[in-house]
Amino acid sequence: MKIYTSKKDIASKKAIIADDMMLTADMPTAAGSKMLDGYMSLFEAEVLTRAKNAGYDLVGKTDVGEFAIDLVGETSCNGAKVKDGVLLNPTAEALKTGEVKAAICLDVNGAPRRAAAQNGLVSVKPTYGTVSRYGTVPVACSGECVSVMAKSALECKELLGVIVGHDDKDGTSLSEELCGSAKKCGELRRVAVLGAMEKGIDANVEAKLCAFKSTLRNNGVEVIEIEDDIIAAARPAWNVLMSAELCNNVSRYDGVKYGHRAQNFSGIDELYTNSRTEAFGELLKKAILFGSDTLSTENYMKVYDKALRVRRVIVERFAEIFKEFDAVLMPACSVMEYTEDMVKENKSLSFEENFYTAPASISGLPAVVVGGVQLVGRAFSEGTLLGAAELYEKEGK
Amino acid sequence: MRYETVIGLEVHVELATQSKIFCSCSAHSYGADPNSHVCPACCGMPGMLPVVNKRVVDFGMKAGMMLNCHINRTTTFDKKSYYYPDLPAAYQTTQWFAPVAVNGLVEIETSKGKKNVRIKQIHMEEDAGKLVHDIREDTTHVDFNRTSVPLIEIVSQPDLSSAEEVEAYLERLKTLLRYAKVAECEMAHGTMRCDVNLSVRPEGSDKLGVRTEMKNMNSIEAIKRAIEYETARHIDAIENGTEVLVQETRRWDDIKGKSFAMRSKETAGDYRYFPDPNVMPVVIDDEWYDGIKATLPEFPEVKRERYTEEYGLSEYDAEQITKSIALCECFEGAYAVCKSAKDAANWMISEVMSILNVRKMTYDMLTLDGAVLGELIMLVTDGKVGRANAKKILSAMFDDSTIKPAEYAEKNGFIVSNDTSLIEKVAREVVAADPKAVSDYKSGKEKALMSLFGKCMKELKGNCDPQTLRTVLINIVNSL
Repeated sequence: MKIYTSKKDIASKKAIIADDMMLTADMPTAAGSKMLDGYMSLFEAEVLTRAKNAGYDLVGKTDVGEFAIDLVGETSCNGAKVKDGVLLNPTAEALKTGEVKAAICLDVNGAPRRAAAQNGLVSVKPTYGTVSRYGTVPVACSGECVSVMAKSALECKELLGVIVGHDDKDGTSLSEELCGSAKKCGELRRVAVLGAMEKGIDANVEAKLCAFKSTLRNNGVEVIEIEDDIIAAARPAWNVLMSAELCNNVSRYDGVKYGHRAQNFSGIDELYTNSRTEAFGELLKKAILFGSDTLSTENYMKVYDKALRVRRVIVERFAEIFKEFDAVLMPACSVMEYTEDMVKENKSLSFEENFYTAPASISGLPAVVVGGVQLVGRAFSEGTLLGAAELYEKEGK
Repeated sequence: MRYETVIGLEVHVELATQSKIFCSCSAHSYGADPNSHVCPACCGMPGMLPVVNKRVVDFGMKAGMMLNCHINRTTTFDKKSYYYPDLPAAYQTTQWFAPVAVNGLVEIETSKGKKNVRIKQIHMEEDAGKLVHDIREDTTHVDFNRTSVPLIEIVSQPDLSSAEEVEAYLERLKTLLRYAKVAECEMAHGTMRCDVNLSVRPEGSDKLGVRTEMKNMNSIEAIKRAIEYETARHIDAIENGTEVLVQETRRWDDIKGKSFAMRSKETAGDYRYFPDPNVMPVVIDDEWYDGIKATLPEFPEVKRERYTEEYGLSEYDAEQITKSIALCECFEGAYAVCKSAKDAANWMISEVMSILNVRKMTYDMLTLDGAVLGELIMLVTDGKVGRANAKKILSAMFDDSTIKPAEYAEKNGFIVSNDTSLIEKVAREVVAADPKAVSDYKSGKEKALMSLFGKCMKELKGNCDPQTLRTVLINIVNSL
């Protein structure tokens, strides 16, 4: 089973890996797609440069699902990684071996968070704009974030600490001051739980949630269930925004300049069509068609513009919740493992499972996955969330 | 029945910024090797993010102000998707929802008098690359030098009704944008391009006819011919039913003198515009807005009036100089030094502009420093350099901008001599060598003196005060 797309033979105490959504100049970047198989970037992701400057060694790259929109990486052009019928996430597998300290991933549609939750790892998706997206394969630019995954909250915090910060090369990058504020660790006093966000979870996930809630309570944190059906509306809106942006972002892969080019074609239109038909996988094609449709003149106001409005409502609702609470506790996935059969039955399962990850994706809020569950906090509170994760880890031991 | 033509224009103008709109590549690649002004960003490679060039917004705002537009204080960029090999990311970043400037007004003047043309909007966007077809190899090459070069598109309301008005409008845009120094607007260089939307309706009707669009016109003459052809074609279709007019995009073939419908495949499509999430809305605060406002130039009419009223120039002189902002700046610079508007205007029109004409340069290509021209004029008015030599110095100044007139005159022996003994010596020699001229002059032929005068000037290399020479000559001849 090939979990790495590239691997360097380096012994290092500060070894890290990046998933294959991070562009590198010395290793190819395929983003899980046959379209970019063997693609060599002319430059590397800003976050990797920063990590290297801070003494980390990038020892390899792990496989991802095609443009990182699937569950845990099963749509990679290199095939799904499966063990006993269970789908494995390459990055999580690499971390579990203990060979590397931490991983840098692109959280487009929640895959790193699902992978962390299902493998007992910690993942932090920082506040949108605090970590540069320069040099990451673009998919859903309005929500995707560079995230960090590791075995412990401390390792996440250390790596995140060196990649956070303003970058002139990213127009959405926030000021150094705002980025810096995300490192502060505040106190977690009140945590909200939304009944509507716990829909569809199985007993295993429920057990994780219960365990986490009691740990919080044991540490004097108030855990209060509140009524809310707005946050749960994030999924359909996020699917619209993500697919539309994805459709536009992957349009550049047309077989003309680089990437896969069909052997047989006559004329430019056929070159485009055949190259893309051959190189793109089924889930990606579905997303492209859906995204393209949401942006059509006919549907723009009805669908895309509506999704933007929903995003605004969700951001406002979160802001309201955060007047009284320091974080919202929610699942990161509905089950503790995905099987081959599940995706055979439902090929668009990742566009349903992202029910749990979409709220943080669409709102740009930070999210930390620990103990199999997810904490979403107010903007720039990832330091606080990671502090809570450390507390949970201590309690667990 | 009498008909009227209704025309609206979409004019693309390349902004004269140093770098491209979203990256630091040079925006000036005219004549450069293909793909020599490119980077991963303007080639649309994955992972590069657009960072807005603030100068582009400056220029877009300035263009809007020149055309009396309202400036949107929050202006946003959007993505326009379509496939074409010269568009490397398969989308163009443009402004669809909140363009930088809206609701403007441009006054034009034709043989029928003055008229206002309303501007619907001005939006900023990036240019696409260029396809180069190689006929020998039957291949097509792509040159990305031009991708992401900043453009503004100026969209007019359908307020124009003739080729003459269109020409006046385009000339007016060119003058105003050049005055503001935001664009070159040279159709021959492709820095100004034009789409013509045209329909025909019975005179006096308020209903618009079927509209056709002709894209990428690149000369005013071609535009005029195309408008005349299309108008005739539309009238023919309406009156004689020669064809059914449909709303379509047509290609103008200037050689054949005809327009052709483009294949629907080339024009159909949904651009699927949506806000570019990688470009934050640009918020123009008062400080920024006022700063740009403060740099607006005087409008040509205002300048012309000031030149006649304040400087006492003739209408003609004022008209000539205000044709170009470069001429105005040179003139004003020269005037500031030599303090004589009349002399400065005289030098501009009879010398500077004629050198430009001889060298086949446009007026806007003038880079001569007005202050230095002023120094040169001073040398002549102070009698230190003769006019003929001053012209030689001016010509040299066109070739070498570092030339200082006084120094150059000194070095090249162009300084007028005050040594009357030298003048007398030369005059006596010339007179002695030409007894015929002397007798001619004495018998009343005034011209003969001019011939002697010319010979002396030549001997003295022009470095002589004409009045002094004349007096000396007359004295010598009379004393014989």
